[in-house]
Amino acid sequence: MKFAVIVFPGSNCDRDMYHAVKHVLGMKADLVWYENSHLENYDAILLPGGFSYGDYLRSGAIASASDVMQHVKKHADAGKPVLGVCNGFQILLESGLLPGAMLPNKNLSFMCHHEALAVSNHETQFTANYKKDEIIHLPIAHGEGNYFADADTLSELKRNHQIVFTYENNPNGSVSDIAGIINRRGNVLGMMPHPERAVETLLGSDDGIRLFQSLIKNWRNTYAINA
Amino acid sequence: MPLTHNISPKNVEQEKLYLEMGLSDAEFEKVKNILKRRPNFTETGIFSVMWSEHCSYKTSKPLLKKFPADGPDVLQGPGEGAGVIDIGDDQAVVFKVESHNHPSAVEPYQGAATGVGGIIRDVFSMGARPVALMNSLRFGNLTANRTKYLFREVIHGIAGYGNCVGVPTVGGEVQFDDSYEENPLVNAMCVGLIDHDDVQKGIAAGVGNTVIYAGAPTGRDGIHGATFASDDLSDESDADRPSVQVGDPFMEKLLIEACLEVINSDALVGMQDMGAAGLTSSASEMASKAGTGITMNLDLVPQREQNMNAYELMLSESQERMLLVVKQGHEQGIIDVFEKYGLQAVAVGEVTEEKSFLLTQHGEVAADIPVDALAEEAPVYQMPAKEAAYVKAFQKMENTVPYVADHSAMLKQLLQQPTIASKQSIYDQYDSMVQTNTVVTPGSDSAVIRIKGTDKALALTTDCNSRYIYLDPETGGKIAVAEAARNIVASGARPLGLTDGLNFGNPTNPEVFWQMKQSVEGMSEAARTLKTPVVSGNVSLYNQSNGQSIFPTPVVGMVGLIESLQQLTPSFFQKPGDLIYVIGTTEAEFGGSELQKVVEGTYYGKAPFIDLQVEAERQKQLLAAIRQGLVRSAHDLAEGGLGVALAESVFNNEGLGLEAFISGDPTIAMFSESQSRFLVSVKPEQKQDFESAVTDIRQIGRVTGDGKFLLRANGGTLIDENVQILHDLWKGAIPCLLK
Repeated sequence: MKFAVIVFPGSNCDRDMYHAVKHVLGMKADLVWYENSHLENYDAILLPGGFSYGDYLRSGAIASASDVMQHVKKHADAGKPVLGVCNGFQILLESGLLPGAMLPNKNLSFMCHHEALAVSNHETQFTANYKKDEIIHLPIAHGEGNYFADADTLSELKRNHQIVFTYENNPNGSVSDIAGIINRRGNVLGMMPHPERAVETLLGSDDGIRLFQSLIKNWRNTYAINA
Repeated sequence: MPLTHNISPKNVEQEKLYLEMGLSDAEFEKVKNILKRRPNFTETGIFSVMWSEHCSYKTSKPLLKKFPADGPDVLQGPGEGAGVIDIGDDQAVVFKVESHNHPSAVEPYQGAATGVGGIIRDVFSMGARPVALMNSLRFGNLTANRTKYLFREVIHGIAGYGNCVGVPTVGGEVQFDDSYEENPLVNAMCVGLIDHDDVQKGIAAGVGNTVIYAGAPTGRDGIHGATFASDDLSDESDADRPSVQVGDPFMEKLLIEACLEVINSDALVGMQDMGAAGLTSSASEMASKAGTGITMNLDLVPQREQNMNAYELMLSESQERMLLVVKQGHEQGIIDVFEKYGLQAVAVGEVTEEKSFLLTQHGEVAADIPVDALAEEAPVYQMPAKEAAYVKAFQKMENTVPYVADHSAMLKQLLQQPTIASKQSIYDQYDSMVQTNTVVTPGSDSAVIRIKGTDKALALTTDCNSRYIYLDPETGGKIAVAEAARNIVASGARPLGLTDGLNFGNPTNPEVFWQMKQSVEGMSEAARTLKTPVVSGNVSLYNQSNGQSIFPTPVVGMVGLIESLQQLTPSFFQKPGDLIYVIGTTEAEFGGSELQKVVEGTYYGKAPFIDLQVEAERQKQLLAAIRQGLVRSAHDLAEGGLGVALAESVFNNEGLGLEAFISGDPTIAMFSESQSRFLVSVKPEQKQDFESAVTDIRQIGRVTGDGKFLLRANGGTLIDENVQILHDLWKGAIPCLLK
């Protein structure tokens, strides 16, 4: 399985994401500069965290307007997986691939620490290796992770089981404790916590590794069937 | 815009305009002798910033020479952007500390943010990828509203910049004392990793080579920042707000990636950050180091504002700018790299054989100065030094023990002192984990980052107990270095070297200069004994406001190497049943202690005694025991003594408690700040091995699993508290003060 890690000007978790999939999981991966539009040969696209374009205007807003996002949309339309983490999630929201918006954390400060999350939907291609309602620990590191959606969107997210991760102790004010959501088709996941920072016990948690393993397993199954 | 081009050289001299820029009458005469004519307005400005304390170290140079800078592993000592030390496997660690005190006093957010930006550039200008940031902060008491404002905004500034550039802020220290009320200290340290082959230097070698300006365009911000940093703060300092630069961390992030891509090019000859004194210092220093000259056409310098004159262009301290020297004919490849990142890179001049600093603007010569006059021939002053009367009086005092009626209540009170209390609410605002190397996050004796692709890790710390230095600068200087090394060793690392951030008051005051001299003596001796060469540093003087000096604060940033991750040792207790030992001896030493401050409201007397040979031996023994796998946890005993260290040791792992026995005067046993001591825990089955490996030890108790802090003394119970209660007081103190 081959991953593309999209690098925008100001991305800063790109190398961490690359390290996780390439060196820890042993997959093929490339760092793909945002001006490169050839994404056809990748099986999955990863939008890493950071401060794309300095988060000027709004977090993720300028990156969402870049050409490469048109190619990411095409990739998503083809049913292939897209994962946006932190700033990557913000970019997915800004580009309309996922519903809702981000507000500043309710305490108005950046926050960085491990949080307990519940896996609210373990039946996605990103979470199949987790147990139902399992509690996992992933780091968060954001200033604007307070997820907001209006009542209609929220009830739709709930009805369709699109809420994938929720905070056990909501740190940032997110509506319904939301930490990560998926699109209806089930191939675009956005989440504020950093699974790529939790793939080695040395760094405090390896709860994130199963997210990538789920994706790889799903791809192998799909590939085996298609082949 | 000042119409400086209308001011004639004659006016500069007759109206003594140079005084305002920071040059003395004698220095102005020296400039005239060098040029054999009157300097014009721009040239006067250039001399004034290059000869400011900040750039020339004119009063501190004679002292800095005393620091031991050499060691078998040192690849680059002081003089370049940052120091470089070999860590094996053809890799090296690059590090430096820098102050941004004055800017932070008048504009705390930008002052702190640009301090972080500047030190990062010093590290990647060497060709190293920045892998960690630390900071050492000093504020007044958190009760004053202005202190709360400065504190909040400095933290926001550090977080705002560091988080965005993607370099983890892994720790540091914060202390609070009256003397920093008007003049907070903001010292930032950056650590980078580099392959030996990639080490760059800031040199302008090769006559005919091209000088390239890269990064943000130049604006009018920060003009004369270096001079501003070399003067006392006063009530009028608010008017200096325009001297504070404004940072753009996004630009810095792009600059990091572009510069680290450019170092792979054979066309690159030299690279230097435009830091203090901007284009002036970077260009003239690069030429001076290479023994060449530089000529630049200022019309080509990217400009953010219109009609900037030569004086403004040369003295601006706009941020996120680099100066490169590139082989002639190979400019385009370099420029293309910067363009990929959306950054401007422009050829603005060339390296010349004649050793002059020649600037033209609008077809006219704007400045023509011999290069060495700016860097090498800056004046050096031997300042008079005089021991302050208070210091003499303190040394004659007998050690006394502050009166403590209730040791349990006192422990609680100490745990809530801002200097001791948990800094978690601060660290939480920093991205401490980006780059996925942070093994030990902020809050332990040392922060630890692993080195990917190896089994090794780096331990990092900053330390300086300025109270001891105020009481006795030489002893205090020794303690600052020894404590840093102790923190490094406690984590399982061998100390490699240090960077110093010397923060003092006005050096023209003989008592202040004496503090500098003595503390540098003490630090040098400790650095020699503990084999930690001083490879880089920074001097920040004139830290006084309205006649009141700060406590002398020579911050020590130290880096150590953990040779195998198996040797990584936590600071705090791990398992119930483990045995608790104190290494070292405890005397009645309360001069400059936290207890003295709480009980008596002031600091006086002798600083704690330190014997560097004993210190070195204990560190050596502990490190050897750690490497044999005999130590479960190790923690330096510092502010608040054993009582505080014991409490801190049970806060990290839920449910832990302890039962310990102390003997003698309980106030001395619990709260003395005697030096060269560690608190360690050992597995019961390793009792014999540990006791035969380490001397000067005393077993004082064991770790329990009942969440109780139980301290017995002289046959009775001295303290019986729930750990949770102590923990909550410790953790909540700073957030509570900030409300």
